Amino acid sequence: MMNVIETHELHKAFGSFTAVDRISFAVAQGEIFGFLGANGAGKTTAIRMLCGLLKPTSGAATVAGCNVFTQPEQIKRRIGYMSQRFSLYEDLTVAENMAFYGGIYGLRRREVRRRADELCRRLDFGHARHTLIRDIPPGWRQKLAFLTAIFHHPTIVFLDEPTGGVDPLTRRQFWTLIYEAAHEGITVFVTTHYMDEAEYCDRLSIMVDGRIVAIDPPETLKKRYHADSMNEVFLRVVNG
Amino acid sequence: MIAVTNISKRYGAVQALSDVRFSVDRGELFGLIGPDGAGKTSLLRILATLLLPDAGEATIDGLNTVADYRAVRRRIGYMPGRFSLYRDLTVEENLRFFASIFGTTVRENEAFIRPIFAPLEPFRRRRAGALSGGMKQKLALSCALIHRPDALLLDEPTTGVDALSRKEFWEMLHELKQHGIAILVSTPYMDEASRCDRVALIRRGQTGQIDTPQQVVAQFPHRLFAVRTDNAYRLACDLPSWPTLHAAYPFGACFHVIDRRPHIDISAELTAFLHQRGHSAVECLPATPTMEDCFMEWMKRDESE
Repeated sequence: MMNVIETHELHKAFGSFTAVDRISFAVAQGEIFGFLGANGAGKTTAIRMLCGLLKPTSGAATVAGCNVFTQPEQIKRRIGYMSQRFSLYEDLTVAENMAFYGGIYGLRRREVRRRADELCRRLDFGHARHTLIRDIPPGWRQKLAFLTAIFHHPTIVFLDEPTGGVDPLTRRQFWTLIYEAAHEGITVFVTTHYMDEAEYCDRLSIMVDGRIVAIDPPETLKKRYHADSMNEVFLRVVNG
Repeated sequence: MIAVTNISKRYGAVQALSDVRFSVDRGELFGLIGPDGAGKTSLLRILATLLLPDAGEATIDGLNTVADYRAVRRRIGYMPGRFSLYRDLTVEENLRFFASIFGTTVRENEAFIRPIFAPLEPFRRRRAGALSGGMKQKLALSCALIHRPDALLLDEPTTGVDALSRKEFWEMLHELKQHGIAILVSTPYMDEASRCDRVALIRRGQTGQIDTPQQVVAQFPHRLFAVRTDNAYRLACDLPSWPTLHAAYPFGACFHVIDRRPHIDISAELTAFLHQRGHSAVECLPATPTMEDCFMEWMKRDESE
């Protein structure tokens, strides 16, 4: 299978501080890859490099076939991105947000309308098309943000804590969308602090102090650390 | 210590809280759980004297949150959902600032906050905005405690915080209880809800069951089964076609399945059903319900109402 992400000794230092310490890993097409780590372990810095937003200090990496050093702009066109902090514009309507994101990714107006129709139908959301995002309940906002992030059918979507502070029911509805996207062939790269969600991933990596110290399917990790849950695995790995 | 009596609050057409009542004792850790938009933040803001209720009243240590708001503020520590310390002040400056607002000093209370503040000691001179999520939260808790409040109000204090820091945070809360502080905390994490002394379920601005987590779990009305096969995605697609299904949802590495017929062991039947649909490595075992299952069941009842 083709790899959507490949990194080799990818490294980022800010002055004397090493944020990401020579990480090497690969993510296959259609995989749901969980990128775990404690706060401050270097996850966000790594994601910013993979999204073409931050130039690495050394090493090598390709994302969706493009080189992070020389082709950051091409990468941006091939990926989707969503985080809890930044997703949709609150003072634009649902339809306007989609038109905006579609436009950024160079979709034609007719195509934007077609996909917006499809998306609203899928979420059973037609009635709220012209509602401002700020007036939409948080759980719905999250789901819309995700579907907007994959509106242009990216090769891979990066989700940075997409379910932070979200209740258990809404989180599960959100993961149903993730499963569907992966099933359609979109690679999902996701960070989360909910260890039950980590169990939903095909494979996981755990970062400690800038380095990837474990990378495997959740079942393998649980066996290796003699743990019943990913929560136990995480506590053991991070505590050293 | 905290008493909420028939509190209601409305924003335009939205009834955020209606007739909410409960109380939290000294040394009690009380959890508020409910979906987004249930009214948890409004309630905490009323108790923090930042919002006026339309009806009903709330008291902290017998003092009214409206009439005696100044006295109430000296007795409460409040940690809002969003990080609300000064990002461009250092760790130490933030602490000094909050101490001086309450007319006290850091030195006077250093021993009291030490267990929480100790991990921050090496970062005293760092700006608060440059701290990691777990450290920010420890600093926010230190600032909320610097005047030794009688009641602590915490609005989703562990959102965005990693599993290890979360665990440490809850160990600190259990320590604070020993000082007789009443702690009211809202959380979307059901494992945290189960660490509270009592919890209140809130939906659409109304409190439902208020009980110990043990009691909430003991009253779970169904038999629960944990199901897994070699393919989780296909399992998710196939479970809805089980003819007598009440609920099925992913739960960690497996799916939790509840049948509409009570008291029936569906293991053998469901295993055969899944084999028939081409699943292999089928495992279907009775499971013990948790707070998370109770929450899911409770939301389901809400939907069908």
